[in-house]
Amino acid sequence: MRPDTVVPSAVPAVEPITPPPATPPHDETVPHTHPEPGVDPHPPLARAGRALRVGIGGPVGSGKTALVAALCRAFADELRLGVVTNDIYTTEDADFLRRAGVLDPARIRAVETGCCPHTAIRDDIGANLDAVDELAEAVGPLDLVLVESGGDNLTATFSRGLVDRQIFVVDVAGGDKVPRKGGPGVTAADLLVINKTDLAPMVGADLAVMDRDARARRGDLPTLFLSIVGDPTATSVADWIRHELAHHAALHPPVVPVGPA
Amino acid sequence: MATPSLLLLLADGRFPAGAHAHSGGLEAAVAAGRVTDLASLEAFLAGRLATAGLVGAAFAAAAHRAAVAETADSANQARPGRRSDAPAETAARSGAPAGPAARSGALARLDAELDARTAAPALRAVSRRQGRALLRAGRTIWPDAPFADLPATPGGAHQPLVLGLLCAAAGLSRVETATIAAYGTLTGAASAGVRLLGLDPYQVQALLVGLADACDGTAADAARAADDPPERLPAAAAPLADIHAEIHATWEVRLFAS
Repeated sequence: MRPDTVVPSAVPAVEPITPPPATPPHDETVPHTHPEPGVDPHPPLARAGRALRVGIGGPVGSGKTALVAALCRAFADELRLGVVTNDIYTTEDADFLRRAGVLDPARIRAVETGCCPHTAIRDDIGANLDAVDELAEAVGPLDLVLVESGGDNLTATFSRGLVDRQIFVVDVAGGDKVPRKGGPGVTAADLLVINKTDLAPMVGADLAVMDRDARARRGDLPTLFLSIVGDPTATSVADWIRHELAHHAALHPPVVPVGPA
Repeated sequence: MATPSLLLLLADGRFPAGAHAHSGGLEAAVAAGRVTDLASLEAFLAGRLATAGLVGAAFAAAAHRAAVAETADSANQARPGRRSDAPAETAARSGAPAGPAARSGALARLDAELDARTAAPALRAVSRRQGRALLRAGRTIWPDAPFADLPATPGGAHQPLVLGLLCAAAGLSRVETATIAAYGTLTGAASAGVRLLGLDPYQVQALLVGLADACDGTAADAARAADDPPERLPAAAAPLADIHAEIHATWEVRLFAS
């Protein structure tokens, strides 16, 4: 059921993190009057033209949903956030996010992929684009939309027609050879997250090997090691997204409504 | 401009219009134990072709008729080599009212008539959702096509209407349009059968080969039917498919959108 009006409870409306663009200097040499001094007669500017869309992909069980929850926690009081999940999505998943107090279920859309998780994020992205549009229609303009892929394997990648940036999540328990195996997620994602580092001693994973292999595969692209157990707001990943948001805001300036001349 | 390649492009399951996420009711039929193997899949597909396939193809053909009506004269003169493999098409063109206003009126009537033929609210929503997906592709690929004449129904226009306009923009004939529509109702569900039941893909393709004549016949019937006014278009339906669709929409976890 899609509510017609939604009062976000877990994610309150907040002030923009990006400062509004500087207004042109107010020319006081030109004679003019203010109808109501102290009141801005103009409607507030829209923020960045559209939300930054960040894809979060990776193999089954690598911690994509946990990372989404951590990012929701990190941005709860900071950004207008929406989530599109291509994962097999149960009411328990929604309850998990709601109980964690991190995301109003109205801000989550699930997309069915017809057993083709690659296709839905890469070759035929319409359902995901619809979900992004529907979120904005239901809850209002958004700053950030996280698009979570269905659990998949190392060959999945997001279309640039769907997301602006993509994060690929692998975990140490999947084996420390994973970065060496490569695949478009490992080699070309804008950010590689190697998750569950707290488990490394238990599964015999060598983080130094993973780091070396990731560098060899990725060149200058960044890789972050993460343990959401130790850092429930995924600080380093959230900071990376903040940085990308700043770039995005510069590339997609707020839309200034053009009135009649 | 019409070429076999454009026909194949629009009929291709890889055309990005969201087909991969829809099972045409098969997911619910499999869960109900009604489709379990090749034989029951064949029966399911034959039934789907005779109902949703025929109705969808007829409405796509009728939307194509509405789309080409306005430009029929100029288009025919500009493209003397254009194939016309629908015998009824010429008559339809001359008989159909002309102009964008007439076209949007005709499309609105078709939309309402198809709504009336789709008993299950879940299937109405699915058809409009698939229409939106196809429109998203169409607007990018054929930006000059008259998609603005589609009715501004909440949820978007029904998929067969969008398909009719898209095929007209691609220069396809009415019969080709109906063929794409009928073929799509078969291949989407057949592909879902491979994924849901783990059936042998070669045998499923052989099954589609066996249904090819029926598919062509359905498309020809649908193209002819499009000469009739909207209220006379085919209204074949399958109550069990409607019931399945309504149940499917309530599932907590679905692999397919329909």
